[in-house]
Amino acid sequence: MLELQDISVIFNERTVNEKKALSSVNFQLQKGDFVTIIGSNGAGKSTLFQVISGAVLAKTGKIILNGKDLTSLPEYKRSRFIGRLFQDPLKGTAPSMTIEENLSLASQRGKHFSLKLFSHKHKQEMIDALKSLDLGLENRLEAKVGTLSGGQRQALTLLMATYVTPELLLLDEHTAALDPKTAQKVLSLSSKLIEKHQITTLMITHNMEDALKYGNKTFIMKDGHIIAYLEGETRQKMTVDELIHLYSTSTQDYNDKILLR
Amino acid sequence: MNLTIILGALELGGIFAIMSLGLYMSYKILNLPDLTVDGSFTLGCAVSAVFTAHSFPYMSLIFAFIAGTLAGIVTGILTTKFKIMPLLAGILTMTGLYSINLAVMGDKPNVSLLGCSTIFTPFDSFDPYHKLLLIGFFVLLICLFLYYFLRTQLGLALRACGDNEDMVRASSIDTDKMKILGLAIANGFVALAGAIYTQHQMFSDISNGTGTMVIGLASIIVGLTFIKKDKISYQLFAVVFGAIFYRFILTIALQLGLPSGYLKLLSAVLVVLAIASTNITRRKRKC
Repeated sequence: MLELQDISVIFNERTVNEKKALSSVNFQLQKGDFVTIIGSNGAGKSTLFQVISGAVLAKTGKIILNGKDLTSLPEYKRSRFIGRLFQDPLKGTAPSMTIEENLSLASQRGKHFSLKLFSHKHKQEMIDALKSLDLGLENRLEAKVGTLSGGQRQALTLLMATYVTPELLLLDEHTAALDPKTAQKVLSLSSKLIEKHQITTLMITHNMEDALKYGNKTFIMKDGHIIAYLEGETRQKMTVDELIHLYSTSTQDYNDKILLR
Repeated sequence: MNLTIILGALELGGIFAIMSLGLYMSYKILNLPDLTVDGSFTLGCAVSAVFTAHSFPYMSLIFAFIAGTLAGIVTGILTTKFKIMPLLAGILTMTGLYSINLAVMGDKPNVSLLGCSTIFTPFDSFDPYHKLLLIGFFVLLICLFLYYFLRTQLGLALRACGDNEDMVRASSIDTDKMKILGLAIANGFVALAGAIYTQHQMFSDISNGTGTMVIGLASIIVGLTFIKKDKISYQLFAVVFGAIFYRFILTIALQLGLPSGYLKLLSAVLVVLAIASTNITRRKRKC
């Protein structure tokens, strides 16, 4: 269960550039909830992710994940429980190391990094996991990750983020830099993994269709607030056009109506 | 060139190979240009000189290593906790170390070890190969250590840290700790090299460390230009090979009559040439 209580983030406080990126954000998610988040640039979506993952510290409020107070925990300690994917497919993997070494690092998440020698003990496990990606990576364990394509790297990052099942998964427009076909593949893969392991997930997207298609809840953000919560029946019955309408009326953001699809 | 000169070049090459292996940790593995080495090399020299003068030649190596480690930790803390740019942090530590090194040597700019027994003394019976054997043993030992260490889970995390910091932080690894650890080990080896250098040369000078960084870089880059393999074992070998090769170039230059004052210039030019050659060939391939 993830709970945010009264979270505020202010950038450049007490300067002319002061910006309230998040103001008193409150919400509660149950285990297995899959939330899609939409909102224009500067609405605070990424800041929300940063404050949950610890890259930015909250000015006020509390973040509680499964009974643990994360509010003042440093970023690297939070990542024991939180898996993250970024928009940039290059960010989630170490390019000059092999697929096997990358996965081996991912498999150590939350454990102590010991002086035990790196071994090929878990090779079969890794091969099985890579097979589920269906990208032909299972035969390329020894390949440097830098030689993979963006889509392959993002899929691998997804696998790494969920290799040790995280308590929370943050997907920050993780398919935005991929071509449409690969994007759909990575997305369906994500939702398959999320369903299989019942991972509580937050996903930022700019695609209204995906926002409705995936997950069981949708948040609309604007100016550091969550201005609409969609769930249950209202959400199920909603069409993409209705969502676009709701989005543009509630955010008074009519300009890019066509682009939103 | 006679045997003495060849042996001398090999010995010095071995000593600087140890230093280069240290620099390989910070420059290649962690991807941090660490200028502390100029200071920590002299620190190793100073500590070693003082202990050897009081006839503890072997102890001096251990204490020099520890002193170097501490210098690395200082630079590590400056970069990670105080967010000072790595280059500047190294320069700051190096500058501070100048005073500390002077203090260690009893406020004298140089210490002579003439007549003192050194780590090489017990092996005098193998003369003239005793120095080379002992230095070779140290190089081998450190190579084996690094070969093992860099393939452990911890070593893997360290390598990933120099490769992609975002990913490392997202894998619940403390990047700050990794950098401090890496810099500590790196400077420990650099100081160890300084300690052996002092006992080899039988004197320690406050300016011993000047240009160490460039020598190390030259060794690494020259070595990796010849041996282009990504496996750790090959890379370690390349660094050792580079250090010895580099020392031979300097020796040949000296034999050809280059005044010793020009050695530093030659080192700098060599680094430029090595880097330029790899980059120019790469551009050609792209076209």
